[in-house]
Amino acid sequence: MSNYAHPEVLVSTEWVEAHGSDARVRVAEVDVDTKAYDEGHIPGAIAWNWHDQLCDAVRRDILPRDRFEELMAQSGISPDTTVVIYGDNNNWFAAWAFWQMKIYGHKDVRLMNGGRKKWLSEGRELTTDVAPVEPETYQAEEPDLSLRAFLPEVQAASAQGTASLVDVRSPGEYSGEILAPPGLPETCQRGGHIPGARSIPWGKAVNDDGTFKSYDELARLYGGEGVDASRPAIAYCRIGERSSHTWFVLKYLLGFDRVSNYDGSWTEWGNLVGAPVERGVAAKAGA
Amino acid sequence: MKVEEFGERSLQLGGWDVHLTTYRLGEVYHCKADNVSPGAALARTTGETRDVAERKAIERAEQLLSRTRRHAI
Repeated sequence: MSNYAHPEVLVSTEWVEAHGSDARVRVAEVDVDTKAYDEGHIPGAIAWNWHDQLCDAVRRDILPRDRFEELMAQSGISPDTTVVIYGDNNNWFAAWAFWQMKIYGHKDVRLMNGGRKKWLSEGRELTTDVAPVEPETYQAEEPDLSLRAFLPEVQAASAQGTASLVDVRSPGEYSGEILAPPGLPETCQRGGHIPGARSIPWGKAVNDDGTFKSYDELARLYGGEGVDASRPAIAYCRIGERSSHTWFVLKYLLGFDRVSNYDGSWTEWGNLVGAPVERGVAAKAGA
Repeated sequence: MKVEEFGERSLQLGGWDVHLTTYRLGEVYHCKADNVSPGAALARTTGETRDVAERKAIERAEQLLSRTRRHAI
């Protein structure tokens, strides 16, 4: 898979077809809900519902450690299981699940390159059978919160330039013309972007078939906007799922050591009292 | 079951770009409409024909997109 910094975290659809049923492999389809999974899914795959199973919806938080351990155990996953994640919606929520599994220290978790769309476009097998699961025991690591950006770090990045801020939303969201992706609920009170953030929509990192662009293309994309491994980077979007995708690109495909996902994202910043906001289209890098 | 008759097409609804992805699984056609930029799913529908599944997806997408406000910047 190209000359990515960590190619071991990506698997192809061919690999999943050949190895998805291996005893030490667990395939999980992840999306905002399980409607796509219910239509039909990769044989043997389990389903994770982002809203109900991967978030603490009351605290607006990632899962606490005990609930994460319970989800893994009930999914038949032990700490040495190879977990392959894929999903619809361009692998956004799959990338969120990947990010959360890395926060809790799961060693071998991989994304299926191209996600559900590529599997469908290749005319592969789907089933509506729900995979049987034998519960396991699971003990998570202490959370690695260096992978997650909280508001104070983002404020410092904006005000003092301590990190590159990468806004991965659509140009209309970045400019403030729209407050949410067209057709989805507005979750903030005003539009715009965090001052200093560069606009690099998530979709620039993938090809038409949903697979990731090459290392060289990605390095040019982010480097052209002044985002490189020489300084920390923070990705954000509206609710943190698109930015998980970009976080994955920066961390594992380009090999940035210091990159975090601001999952509070515009839903947090766009509702803050007294927070600075910039509006308008993106300026050229260095302008 | 294998995925069959996979196809994609783009259209505009109320000034917004929309992408349809349709395929057949067994006797049922499945259609998803997304909003292209950024690419979020708006509707998932089924039908006994491609036309029926796509028509339902377009109707649902139109409903949702009609609620989106453009703000002056």
